[in-house]
Amino acid sequence: MTPPAPVEVAPTEVKQPTGDTDVRPDRPWKVIVWNDPINLMSYVTFVFQKLFGYSKEKATKLMLDVHHKGRAVVSDGPKEKAEMDVFRLHEHGLWATMEHDD
Amino acid sequence: MPPRQPVMPNEDGTYRLELRREERALIAAIVPDLRSLLADDPGDEMLTRLFPTARPDDPDAEAEYRELVRDELVSKRLARLDIVAELAEATVLDQEQLAAWMGAVNDIRLVLGTRLGVTEDDEFEETDEEDPEAVARSAYWYLGWLLEHLVEASASEL
Repeated sequence: MTPPAPVEVAPTEVKQPTGDTDVRPDRPWKVIVWNDPINLMSYVTFVFQKLFGYSKEKATKLMLDVHHKGRAVVSDGPKEKAEMDVFRLHEHGLWATMEHDD
Repeated sequence: MPPRQPVMPNEDGTYRLELRREERALIAAIVPDLRSLLADDPGDEMLTRLFPTARPDDPDAEAEYRELVRDELVSKRLARLDIVAELAEATVLDQEQLAAWMGAVNDIRLVLGTRLGVTEDDEFEETDEEDPEAVARSAYWYLGWLLEHLVEASASEL
């Protein structure tokens, strides 16, 4: 048994990790494609099929989400994969960003 | 007359490219313009759409991303513009060359669309002769038509 503390002790402050200090390696990231007025709908669908191996149906649905809702999540995964996906989308002229999936 | 099909898959896996003389002349004129702008001044604001922001929420991460990919995004674009310049008169393209044409035509459209301030609601109109951007505007619409056909032919291989 532990005797009661003779004096009042303030609880130790525990610093919570914030933002980029979270290094869980498998933390999922989302890759988002945004609507833009220039890229053709057929081209965007084709790029989703080519880069991600999606079916015509899935690629078309994502393209329509981008078109009507302004954005769509097109892939996710660890940071390195998300970065590579964003790079390949940029190489094809699509407006892609990545963000934490929280 | 049936609508013209400028890009058609051949049976041997190559593609037939049938363009009119003035269409090839347009492409041969635009490609070197974009090539020199990209090579000399990739930070030019007309090229913004070729280098989108990856991390709008985090300026440090964005700077890091740019540092990592900028040169490669430039060199890949230059390489496909060079392929198109070389093949401006070609009537047969292999799959890789077709991909280069598609990428280059899309890049040119992105830059022309930026210059013209294209919006979602823009629709094709006959070119107004008073319009100081008449040439760029008709090139933009023409390249959209060509890109549709390049995509259609490429998609036949998926």
